[in-house]
Amino acid sequence: MSDEVREPRSSRRRDVPSGLWLRCPGCSKMIYKNLMVERGNVCPECSYHFPITSEERIQLLCDPDTFVEHLKELAPADPLGFIAKRSYRERLDETQSKTGLRDACVVGRAEIGQVPVVIGVSDSRFLMGSMGSVVGEKIARSIELAREESRPFIFVSGSGGGARMDEGMFSLMQMAKTAAAVQRLHEVGGLFVSILTNPTMGGAMASFAALGDVIIAEPKALIGFAGPNVIKQTIKTELPEGFQSSEFNLEHGFLDLVVDRQEMRGTLIRMLAYFCQEA
Amino acid sequence: MENESSAHGLDFEAPIVELENRISELRSFSESSEIDLSGQLEELEKKCEEKKRAIYSHLNPWQRVQIARHPGRPRTTDYIHGFVSDFLELHGDGTYRDDPAIITGLGRIRGRKVMIVGHRKGKTNQEKVACFFGMPHPEGYRKAIKKMRLAEKFGIPIISFINTAGAFPGIEAEERGQAFVIAKNLQAMASLKVPVVAVVIGEGGSGGAIGIGVADRILMLENSYYSVISPEGCSAILWKDTSHAPRAAEILKLTSSDLSNFQIVDEVIEEPIGGAHRDPMSTIRAVEEAILRHLDEVSDLDPEDRKLKRFHKYMAIGRYADQQQQVVEDQG
Ligand SMILES: [Zn+2]
Repeated sequence: MSDEVREPRSSRRRDVPSGLWLRCPGCSKMIYKNLMVERGNVCPECSYHFPITSEERIQLLCDPDTFVEHLKELAPADPLGFIAKRSYRERLDETQSKTGLRDACVVGRAEIGQVPVVIGVSDSRFLMGSMGSVVGEKIARSIELAREESRPFIFVSGSGGGARMDEGMFSLMQMAKTAAAVQRLHEVGGLFVSILTNPTMGGAMASFAALGDVIIAEPKALIGFAGPNVIKQTIKTELPEGFQSSEFNLEHGFLDLVVDRQEMRGTLIRMLAYFCQEA
Repeated sequence: MENESSAHGLDFEAPIVELENRISELRSFSESSEIDLSGQLEELEKKCEEKKRAIYSHLNPWQRVQIARHPGRPRTTDYIHGFVSDFLELHGDGTYRDDPAIITGLGRIRGRKVMIVGHRKGKTNQEKVACFFGMPHPEGYRKAIKKMRLAEKFGIPIISFINTAGAFPGIEAEERGQAFVIAKNLQAMASLKVPVVAVVIGEGGSGGAIGIGVADRILMLENSYYSVISPEGCSAILWKDTSHAPRAAEILKLTSSDLSNFQIVDEVIEEPIGGAHRDPMSTIRAVEEAILRHLDEVSDLDPEDRKLKRFHKYMAIGRYADQQQQVVEDQG
């Protein structure tokens, strides 16, 4: 499941050279950085979607200055005392000071097209956006908040590994916990829109992220259960071109829409109008 | 099973297997030659018991993983033969194919109606291949949830036997939505009002295990394991090859006693000295007893309460720190 915890390199937040130009991992062309940033961190040549931070994502999707963070105080513990080459504690401390984040997702209340929502966004800079106790707890409790306040729930996933290995079974159990929370929202008729970004795999994809009433993905994201390397090693053949991409998942009937990052907010506003407004 | 187990002797069991072989040789010699060797036999048997006790009281996590995978260990089908009467296997997933890696069907345990759902690894080589060695495809998970919904409709409690290295990682499994079906199962199992008791009988391999494992009670055989990733997979990530699996097994905290300490598992079912593969019958009886006891307890609850309690059970799993950096243990 989390065989991919540290895998898909393309998803790593690249070290953007401080210069004005950078090489796009999608088309290998040199692109003008300002133009890329202006387009929501999307390559102007090939539409490669660069990873963005949770803060950038919230800005991109929510009405200006409406986001209020919830459960900000939750921070990771080290329940297993996990020590490999380096300890989990060390990696946490380092990642926290590097990113200013406590863990791999941010949740809160916001408005999108003036519709009050609860929104969560995972941040791939933090241990690949993987789900441990804090991420699971934040997702489950923000779904509960959406249920209690009759707000739609929107979650933007992005996690290479899914369940966070360093928290062992606590991480795996977050899959059941988040799925159970989605069920409770479902029972009161609440809306859940799941947005998938590159990559959403393993324990994240096999729980809450797959349970949206509507599931939307950014183009060319890696979406699936088992990581491509694990599959390659198991079946000992090459994988077909475009395997586990957003487009592959759309074609096989698992997604409702593939939407460019630039169009995502507009799409959400249209969707919320259908589900949350009278006419 | 005895024969199968000694044919797959585990390294750390070698001294036990050697004594067991000497005992059986001596016994057959004594029988064929009609010479009374009961004194020597008794001596050897005592020595063998002591050896078993010595080795099995100091098992490390990696040794337990190996025991959990032992081919002579009772499997889902052995438990069904062992204590489920009038078993009526139901095959359909309603969508694509009958996946033999998951077996489902109606049955009775001491007269009580149950729906059985479990991973199936297969016994013969042909079966093993057909079952992908117990690694289900999406249709297996779909079959499981279809039968659980059927049980829900008729108020029949569900017993789930967990024993898989994981959901199968393959091209077709992804094409048919492995992640999506597992997610749907987790959600559907949270919606059930009937009692659900899950028992990890061997390998609890990650998403493939929890995909049929959301339950009111989670029981675990002493030498089974339950983990977010296989020790080999963990080793490959941390040390770039699988040779450090024993160390990975240690740090992942995947044993029954670890998970009982974490309050993730509700009860650890003790195995006979020498492991379940040495005495399948008494293991099967112990599992039957534990299942019935937990089933009785959860059956007493009002269906809505039961479902709510299950939700809170999962909400309470997780350890994190609050603002004051105090670790919040197992509270939602
Ligand atoms: Zn490009």
